[in-house]
Amino acid sequence: MKIIGLIIALSTGVLLISATGDFPGWADPASPASTHLSPHFIEKTMEETSVPNIVTAVLADYRGYDTMYETAVIFTAGLACFILLRIFVREEPEDRLYRHVLTGVTVRVKEGAKLPPSDDFERIDATWTPPDLIIKTICRFLIPFIQLFALYVIAHGHHSPGGGFQGGVILGASIILLAISQDLRTSVRRMREKLDAVLCAVGVIIYAGTGALCLLLGLNFLDYSALASVLHCDPVTARSHGILIVEIGVGIAVMCTMIWIYNNVSSTGKYDEGL
Amino acid sequence: MIWQLDLAILTLVVIAGIAAITVKDLLGAAILFGAYSFMMCLLWSIMGAVDVSFTEASVGAGVSTVFFVAAVFRTTRRTKD
Repeated sequence: MKIIGLIIALSTGVLLISATGDFPGWADPASPASTHLSPHFIEKTMEETSVPNIVTAVLADYRGYDTMYETAVIFTAGLACFILLRIFVREEPEDRLYRHVLTGVTVRVKEGAKLPPSDDFERIDATWTPPDLIIKTICRFLIPFIQLFALYVIAHGHHSPGGGFQGGVILGASIILLAISQDLRTSVRRMREKLDAVLCAVGVIIYAGTGALCLLLGLNFLDYSALASVLHCDPVTARSHGILIVEIGVGIAVMCTMIWIYNNVSSTGKYDEGL
Repeated sequence: MIWQLDLAILTLVVIAGIAAITVKDLLGAAILFGAYSFMMCLLWSIMGAVDVSFTEASVGAGVSTVFFVAAVFRTTRRTKD
């Protein structure tokens, strides 16, 4: 069986590599892709959408339908991880462990018993290890800057490389860094599971809703020049603003999906301490 | 495009790719995959596709490596085959 698999893999590889010989040369101006569409994008993007970064304009405007479904695919990936991994009915351990944050004393609470009402206790697991002070402090210091950079990447996608996907991933990574440097409970306190799941869907809805709004205003789906009457600007600027709106939607969806997948994978759906 | 640099990075991509599928330690495979993604990111930026390179750096080399490490941590570190 292994040999048959090897033969199939090798022959497919040889076939694919031999097929690359038929491709046009790298950056060939006479290739089919560079003769019709690319000149139009290069010449007309600035006057049609007033977006200097052609890649962003193609991604979110000319090919916006494609990107909408990419966002939906990301959302579906998060949903699939949630459905496969999340454990809803969990056997509650008889004794729960709490740690008094100020003194570091661990308290074991028997089943049915209650703690005194105080915010100084945090719930811990039997495998709890204290987070390293240096890592914790450095990450605390870094996370705001990472998030600021992510917002810059989303907002500045019109002028420089970047956009919703990259910025969303960086935003999600900052929360994941919090979960790694401390524990999952800390990050879930900042970003609740329900909020996370709802924001995931909200991101996709912002994108699809912008498209539907264009449809309601009388133009094609995702033709942002229809937003001119809502935003009180000319159609060209409206396309630029429309791109920003959908990029924000993509950013929210991607950020929450990354956090959602990490939370489910790292705690195998139990939402305890994580890694 | 400097062809020497291009060739060196391409060789590293192939080496990292083959190593990632042959190594027995799955944590090592995850890190090798991160290295592979980073080399691909360099290749994209050499070819002038900066947006793709940015995505590869953040998704491929960043977050997916974290996911792999989390999955390895929660399952097993050594492969059976």
